[in-house]
Amino acid sequence: MKQKKISFNLILGSVLLAVTLVPALIGLIWTPYDPEAMNSSLKLAGVSIRHIYGCDNFGRDIFSRIMAGSGITLLIAVGTVAFGSIIGTAIGAFTGYFGGIIDEALMRINDVALAFPSLLLALVMVSLLGTGKYQVMLALGIAFVPSYARIVRSEYIRIKNLDYVKAARLAGASDLRIMFVHILPNTRTVLLSSVMIGFNNAILAEAGLSFLGIGVQPPDASLGRMLSEAQAYMFTNAGYVLFTGCTIVMIILGFSLLSKEIK
Amino acid sequence: MKYVLKKVLSCIITLFIVSLLVFVAFSLIPGDPALSRLGTNATEAALASLRHQMGLDRPLAVRYFEWLASAIRGDFGKSYSYSMTVTSMIADKLPITLTLMLYSMVLMVIISVPLGVYASYKEGTAIDKVIQIINQITMAIPPFFSGILITLIFGMTLKMFTPGGFVSVKISPSRFFGFMFFPSLAIALPKSAMVLNLLYSSLNAEKKKDYVRTAYSRGNKSKTVFFGHMLKNASIPTITFLGMALADMIAGSIIIEQVFGIPGLGRILLTSIQNRDYPVVIAIIMLIACVVIVSNLLVDIIYKLVDPRVKD
Repeated sequence: MKQKKISFNLILGSVLLAVTLVPALIGLIWTPYDPEAMNSSLKLAGVSIRHIYGCDNFGRDIFSRIMAGSGITLLIAVGTVAFGSIIGTAIGAFTGYFGGIIDEALMRINDVALAFPSLLLALVMVSLLGTGKYQVMLALGIAFVPSYARIVRSEYIRIKNLDYVKAARLAGASDLRIMFVHILPNTRTVLLSSVMIGFNNAILAEAGLSFLGIGVQPPDASLGRMLSEAQAYMFTNAGYVLFTGCTIVMIILGFSLLSKEIK
Repeated sequence: MKYVLKKVLSCIITLFIVSLLVFVAFSLIPGDPALSRLGTNATEAALASLRHQMGLDRPLAVRYFEWLASAIRGDFGKSYSYSMTVTSMIADKLPITLTLMLYSMVLMVIISVPLGVYASYKEGTAIDKVIQIINQITMAIPPFFSGILITLIFGMTLKMFTPGGFVSVKISPSRFFGFMFFPSLAIALPKSAMVLNLLYSSLNAEKKKDYVRTAYSRGNKSKTVFFGHMLKNASIPTITFLGMALADMIAGSIIIEQVFGIPGLGRILLTSIQNRDYPVVIAIIMLIACVVIVSNLLVDIIYKLVDPRVKD
């Protein structure tokens, strides 16, 4: 038997995610310093033993803020992907399975929506819904629906004519049962990899929106929000920008390496 | 030609649908533009007369078709926040954003295509692996962070440009293009990584095909087979991606404009969203939609030219 080689991508991806996600999870219940506590004597302080990433323009501990900020970024990403994939799957399942005029009309709108970069779609949504972390989650979620709907729809079109589905229909299974008990589990490989990619896109899109100042609002700190604040001080404390930005890069790199392995 | 006409027609229909959706969505938002302009102390009579003046008291369908009729002629109405026409607000900003977009597109092709072809040509060697690793990391850098890194490296450390020192093309074309190189690079880098990856994998997939083996068996040199036969076939998925990337680049420009302090469409779009200045937001969205749809149309046409097998 050939022994399965442990892949480099898998190891590096897991390490990167462990380094970023474990602090984020711990940050939900505990941070070394209060992420909001200001201290004017520590304004833009550099790296030290007590503040391993230094302090920001209000003297807040950057490491604690990154821990809390990653948490919010990940929360939004999970919410976005959950919303987008569930609604998208439902739409894709119905349109793919039944076809017809509604399918045509929805797919026409879907094509239009897909032609737009998701960030712009989210911008439109944010201007309709307002800013804040739940609004961002909803805005991004809606912006992500079309891509899931299209992927799931094409899977349903492919699978609905397979023999086992015909057999189920002959055995008297209802449409809903065939759609969600028989076909849905067989879309999992496609769905799983698009969820992973979607997760990365959600992190990027949230960071982009918050960077533009129309995403998460203070006192909440997401990584994008912190990066846009840090940008103003990059000439005095470059560490602030670099630590925050590298955290985003590490999370995204980690997920993309892992999703490569899963494929 | 029938193919092109059909595509153009479908583009016009798509634009029509987009305009309808956008207009209706922004008309249904809770909140009264007249109230936000006059403040909460305004009398009911003043509000009613402003609503009438802004045309808000008429049915939605009437307003839509009036807006559409003037939009086709290039008139997007008046801004709520400034007493200016939307067209005059946008007119001098649009070229800046389009320049940024096209500049980054050119840089993207210059960076990614030679590297992708080279890496695939040298598949399995050390240099291929180095390119792959750098590529993987570049792909994970969000464009705004690449902008910040470029400012730190080229602006602060190497002093190759002044951060925030945007120069209008009217003042000095050479300084304008010199400055725009850096934001364009920031947009192009992460996208180049994706193009490189795609070109690399489609070239490697071509290597295994029968026609390549046949070409070798007829005694062709490896260079002839690679550049004469495989490259054209492998470029098809890449062209599709380039079209999609063009659409993404306009989103990238909006963010990068904030990083580099460029007074383009992005800045007006953001302030208009924050001020709830909807005529401006709608106009910019429609412009972006036009750019996206036209670039998709171009891709479809180029696609057909490169690969005549594409069905009508």
